Amino acid sequence: MTVYSVPGTPGSKVTFKSRYENWIGGEWVAPVKGQYFEDITPVTGKPFAEVARGTAEDIELALDAAHKAAPAWGKTSPAERASVLNKIADLIDANVEMLAVAETWDNGKAVRETINADIPLAADHFRYFASAIRAQDGDHAQLDGDTVSYQFHEPLGVVGQIIPWNFPILMAVWKLAPALAAGNAIVLKPAEQTPVSILVLMELIGDILPPGVVNVVNGFGLEAGKPLASSNRIRKIAFTGETTTGRLILQYASANIIPSTVELGGKSPNIFFSDVAEEKDAFYDKAQEGFVLFAFNQGEVCTAPSRALLQKPIYDSFLGDAVTRARKIIQGNPLDTDTQMGAQASNDQLEKILSYIDIGTKEGAKLALGGERADLGGDLTDGYYVQPTIFEGHNKMRLFQEEIFGPVLAVTSFTDYDDAISIANDTIYGLGAGVWSRNGNVAYRAGRDIQAGRVWVNNYHAYPAGAAFGGYKSSGIGRENNKLALGHYQQTKNLLVSYSENKLGFF
Amino acid sequence: MSTPTITASVTIAGETVPRVELTPVAVDLLRSLWEEHGPLMFHQSGGCCDGSSPMLFMAGEFITSDQDVRLGQFDIAPANEPSQPLDFWMSAEQFNYWSHTFLTVDVVPGRGSGFSAEAPRGVRFLIRSELMTTMTPFAGSAETDTVEEDAVATPTKAVPA
Repeated sequence: MTVYSVPGTPGSKVTFKSRYENWIGGEWVAPVKGQYFEDITPVTGKPFAEVARGTAEDIELALDAAHKAAPAWGKTSPAERASVLNKIADLIDANVEMLAVAETWDNGKAVRETINADIPLAADHFRYFASAIRAQDGDHAQLDGDTVSYQFHEPLGVVGQIIPWNFPILMAVWKLAPALAAGNAIVLKPAEQTPVSILVLMELIGDILPPGVVNVVNGFGLEAGKPLASSNRIRKIAFTGETTTGRLILQYASANIIPSTVELGGKSPNIFFSDVAEEKDAFYDKAQEGFVLFAFNQGEVCTAPSRALLQKPIYDSFLGDAVTRARKIIQGNPLDTDTQMGAQASNDQLEKILSYIDIGTKEGAKLALGGERADLGGDLTDGYYVQPTIFEGHNKMRLFQEEIFGPVLAVTSFTDYDDAISIANDTIYGLGAGVWSRNGNVAYRAGRDIQAGRVWVNNYHAYPAGAAFGGYKSSGIGRENNKLALGHYQQTKNLLVSYSENKLGFF
Repeated sequence: MSTPTITASVTIAGETVPRVELTPVAVDLLRSLWEEHGPLMFHQSGGCCDGSSPMLFMAGEFITSDQDVRLGQFDIAPANEPSQPLDFWMSAEQFNYWSHTFLTVDVVPGRGSGFSAEAPRGVRFLIRSELMTTMTPFAGSAETDTVEEDAVATPTKAVPA
């Protein structure tokens, strides 16, 4: 067990600056209007740093810097860009604890997750795209004896990226790595709930990148996000967040006729077929853990397995075991490596989760565990903690249909395979899903029949670089985490070449 | 004079009972934001991060279509003042699953994201919900195509919030 010291106190892995400016053109630049806002740590509910409150003027400065940097960066060889990405990965690896503590303080999540997942995955992600860009070939076709069509990948130029707050560094890296590998310059806006940890990362890696290749402007959505998303100086906008803002961003993209990739969340079913409980063995134990993963990252994951579907014959016994297991979740100081569940990312997130617990009860769902705000006492008493919560109900309840983005699980039963698939697909979303069965045929078929971009079979919540991630239905457009993402940051240049001396003969 | 709760007019064809209301603190905030930005609109979001919360935009900023339902229209103007109409929208597919609930727009301290206009004030709009006794619970169905059919007969009374 380790308890990391609070940032800024003796022995801490990280000391935040009292004030963060925007990162533009390879240097810290004060916001044009001179305004700042407070960054609050969800761990204690107290502010810990001031952050630039960027506006359209700052976005323009960042776009200036990006446009200045883009042509040269776009002409670098894939090997050079891969080398830069690998250096970034090495630096992240060498500073895992520092970045992990910074991330935990900014976001509230348990440090065991940032140390073992968020930060190592971020490093690996850069390495994956360093490899992917070097391995990417163009294309050609000999159309006839003298005519050849060549297809080249070219960077888009300057792109905009808007990042969510649930995995601030990792989600930024999911977008940065493919865009950089493909040779683009970037203007990135972090979420206003978690504006600092990305800047700590930029302090670390900023010098490796040519000035202006990555620019970070903080601020509120209306004041900084909208000017970025609606700018006619970007060639693509990427966003992770919710459906209304996603639609708005697609609207802005349509006005500029630019592509947009949007990842908009889900209400992911986690299906447990009866044969899972045939034996109380290691696999059963794994499936039980798979159920309890609703509490991973305090439930603040777009793919959180927030609907558990249990086959009727095992419903009572499996749920009973799982509730017992979930009851043992250790909630505590997020900087303690023994803590399994930390704080929700913001006060309004906490309030929203409580409002859903309220409507769940009113809809007649049966509370099996938790259901209240958790007061952890001491310095943590004003932090944003919610008990792991499990409800039993049916799939038409709002509890089963809306992404709560908290540690709140909705459990229901199903009779047979068709019933399971029908319930699983009865949602407007289609981002993630889980299927648990000892029967490979059933698991395979279910995986294919569920309308979701990522179906975990006999596992859940793994996010290895290389496995494509993205949504069906209202969960969004585009794929990340795989070389497919390169295509979202590249133009296709076709050279159609005639090697014939002979004219067409038309004129 | 203290700010009242404001209930939205009924805007869904065939319905007679309001679906949305504003708490007094929401009314005060909206009046202040109207002064700053001019006419406003709500669109209820779903999905990850800051989803499941109402987003406040300048009126017309968010383009609605046949894929959206207008749940009601508020007039946030004080008594005897010129009207300040403010529509509350939701996507039709989301309404399929929300139609049995009465929504109250409240305000909490927070740092909501998205492009919602109140965020710079350090507050966030939040939905509180009640079941509508007049609606068939959980009538929403993904198989039903039109919202009007889905809104189940003519409601007569909502459970007060």
